[in-house]
Amino acid sequence: MLAEREQGMKTDFTLVLGGEAGQGVESTGAGFALSLARAGLHVFAVADYRSRIRGGHNFFQIRAKASEFFCHNEEVHLALALSREAADFHARQLVPGGAIVYDTAMNVDKTAWPDGVQDFSMPLTEIVQKAGGNKLMLNTAAVGAASGIAGLDLRFVEGVIEDNFGGKKGDQVAELNLAVARAAHDYARDHFAHRFSFKIRAADAQQRLLISGNPAMSLGAVAGGCQFMAGYPMTPGSPILEMVTGLAAEYGIVTKHAEDEIAAICMAIGAGRAGTRAATATSGGGFSLMVEALGLAGMTEVPVVIFEVQRPGPSTGLPTRTEQSDLMFALHASQGEFPRIVLAPGTIEEAFRDGWRAFNLAEKYQCPVIVLSDHFLATSLQTVPPEDLDFDRVVIERGDMLTPEQLDAMEGDYKRFLFTDSGISPWAPPGHPKGVYRSCSDEHDEYGSIEEDAENRNRMMEKRMRKLEAARADMIPPEVYGPAKADITFVAWGSSYYPVREAMALLDEKGVSANFLHITDVWPFPADAVTKLLKKAKRIVSVENNYTGQMGGLIRRETGIHIDEQILKYDGRPISPEFILRGLKGV
Amino acid sequence: MVTVKDYQSPVTPTWCPGCGNFGIHQAVKTALAGLGLQPHEVMLVSGIGQSSKLPDYTHANGYMTLHGRAIPSATGIKLVRPDLKVIVHSGDGDGYGEGLTHMVHAARRNIGIVHIAHNNQIYGLTKGQYSPTSEMGTRSKTSPEGAIDRPLNPLLVALAAGATFVARGFSKNGKELSELIMAAVQHRGYALIDVLQPCVTFNRVNTYEWYAERVYSVADEPGYAPTDLNWALREAQNWGARIPTGILYQVENVPSYEEQVPALKAGPVGLRPVAPLPPDKVKALKAAYL
Repeated sequence: MLAEREQGMKTDFTLVLGGEAGQGVESTGAGFALSLARAGLHVFAVADYRSRIRGGHNFFQIRAKASEFFCHNEEVHLALALSREAADFHARQLVPGGAIVYDTAMNVDKTAWPDGVQDFSMPLTEIVQKAGGNKLMLNTAAVGAASGIAGLDLRFVEGVIEDNFGGKKGDQVAELNLAVARAAHDYARDHFAHRFSFKIRAADAQQRLLISGNPAMSLGAVAGGCQFMAGYPMTPGSPILEMVTGLAAEYGIVTKHAEDEIAAICMAIGAGRAGTRAATATSGGGFSLMVEALGLAGMTEVPVVIFEVQRPGPSTGLPTRTEQSDLMFALHASQGEFPRIVLAPGTIEEAFRDGWRAFNLAEKYQCPVIVLSDHFLATSLQTVPPEDLDFDRVVIERGDMLTPEQLDAMEGDYKRFLFTDSGISPWAPPGHPKGVYRSCSDEHDEYGSIEEDAENRNRMMEKRMRKLEAARADMIPPEVYGPAKADITFVAWGSSYYPVREAMALLDEKGVSANFLHITDVWPFPADAVTKLLKKAKRIVSVENNYTGQMGGLIRRETGIHIDEQILKYDGRPISPEFILRGLKGV
Repeated sequence: MVTVKDYQSPVTPTWCPGCGNFGIHQAVKTALAGLGLQPHEVMLVSGIGQSSKLPDYTHANGYMTLHGRAIPSATGIKLVRPDLKVIVHSGDGDGYGEGLTHMVHAARRNIGIVHIAHNNQIYGLTKGQYSPTSEMGTRSKTSPEGAIDRPLNPLLVALAAGATFVARGFSKNGKELSELIMAAVQHRGYALIDVLQPCVTFNRVNTYEWYAERVYSVADEPGYAPTDLNWALREAQNWGARIPTGILYQVENVPSYEEQVPALKAGPVGLRPVAPLPPDKVKALKAAYL
């Protein structure tokens, strides 16, 4: 048992499953990731797929390790190819001693394979047929084979199959998939296991959650008392509306798939105007359509939350891929000047946290709150301790919302846009005789009536903008990881957290010390904290998934600190730790 | 007892003297008071345009939003507070141009909002450009040679989209108009009232006299059949020599959108307290990821 556990500690294994759209690459990959998580391993899995329903080449890459780590890397040990294109593509990623599994019936050209790659072709189709299955179960056969080759106890795979196919005893689809997995497992174990030295060993560990950013953020929203969500489908933001809709009836949430994004945000703003916690979820293209209404929320001081899951632009861009290129857009979207809050969670824990926190901030400061996620964070499946979804920390803060008792006791007419020192005016949900007011997207007076007077304009602008200063008190300063003094100081925001943390570990092995300033609350910008931390840095390197180094530019604008060294990636693929190391000069 | 005075706002309208909006404004207040509704039970939502200033001139909950976007904003309000009477005021540019999509979808959903379209066949606020309902040949700053677009027939659009209440009023016929508004507020689902509204400054063709000579009440027509869609589709095509007013179509057998929303079965979500989730719910939510 002790020997087993020691070996388990060494597990650092990457498997890639590749095939055409329609072959169940992502669902099967996610299932295998869950098997690994249940085997007590830390898991990080990225999906790479094209914007199409059938054909093409999609893959799902899973890294599993016995000890904590931060993200995927470029070393692949075992490839499962369901198509010829997948075989061609993934054979080249394999480390020496790594192996590729594919159907013997497939005509694969091996001339370009690197040295040391092992050919584990096996009669997958035949095995599936003999077990009574159909060609849709090739993916199940592949993961069964993987467990046989890498030595993962098949019960972890079986458990997931049972859960995914209903879990009912005697369910035919479940039974057939189980039979297919077993047959492929046994064949692969008998033929290949002895020739394959990279093993997956189950570890004794606490149970971890296997989750990605989209559901974490959605759960955060539900935990934060979201009462209304509207949206229009757009990859990669759609799963947020889908997930909240799935919970809507039970949790008392109204959701609406609207006719377009303009309608979606206007519905959310209407719901906010009516005194409820309201949100919309989209990606950059949808957010582009929402921009005018963002200003409406700013001008009429309506709380609304916008979950913006970035993907590469411009225009349609790379619909199923990742980028962090909407930072400047989020900061400046819509005409005129008004307070807004922009949050950019980088981890699952932060995605959940900002999911509920956004509603508090929106209501406290009566302004739009934009939560910027991206495809990489939204879709990468990873294991986290259950407490990372920290429901215990959730608090509901509704700001200066007037209670019926306060309204009953109010003397004189209600001034919805009362001038106050903080800029925050007490707000009344509709339905109380004394809380009747009108509000408008025109400049207005304290009652909410259209008013063009210059002095009123100045006072109203200043009142609104003061809220942003007040909001600074609630902003979470950047987190610093690593030693206080280091050779290299990384600066990144949002999901670049993962490859930077992993790169730091790689640098540590090389004897190079690095620390990391991770910015999550982007606006109002934490200028003082960033200045203080960067002033001490020896060598600053910014890492961003965009072309123009948007955060680097923002830091320069807000602090005067110019970051010369930028590692930027804009090919639509997530940043890998190796990419960062290659970008570092002289390391 | 609610009176028209209860809806009196301290703000003086800036509409031109003689503007058709005054008649509509009076009819709205009369209808709401007539129904015994208090100002806090009503939410007036508008877009941008001269018509859309109406909420500012009315003591009631009011939200003046963006050009063309009153309907989705009102939809959001209705979906969290179905207990409120939500009334949209749009113009013909605002509601039939910029926001036409939203009208079509509101109609097919049968969301419970009243849509009062102030249709003066011209852009007033931006000073006299032709609108989606301007007649062909209308000369304006953006159609100096005369409009070559054919005008939109909003009643046909609404009927085709599945609206369950389609009516037309004339701003000068206050009694008829306030009765139409009362019927619309009490209607189950989306209700469109297209209101003929003379613009005394920019539209010198479609004047009070022009409309007065042409309007007729559909209820007085032989064979009046407002529950018959085919009848309504035929009648709605009348324009020119004779312009129909009154309820052209109304059916009550279509459920409103909000009465079918699962989360609203237990009452308006906007009236429920917001609180952290209980431990059993938290456990269930996390279990899905183990």
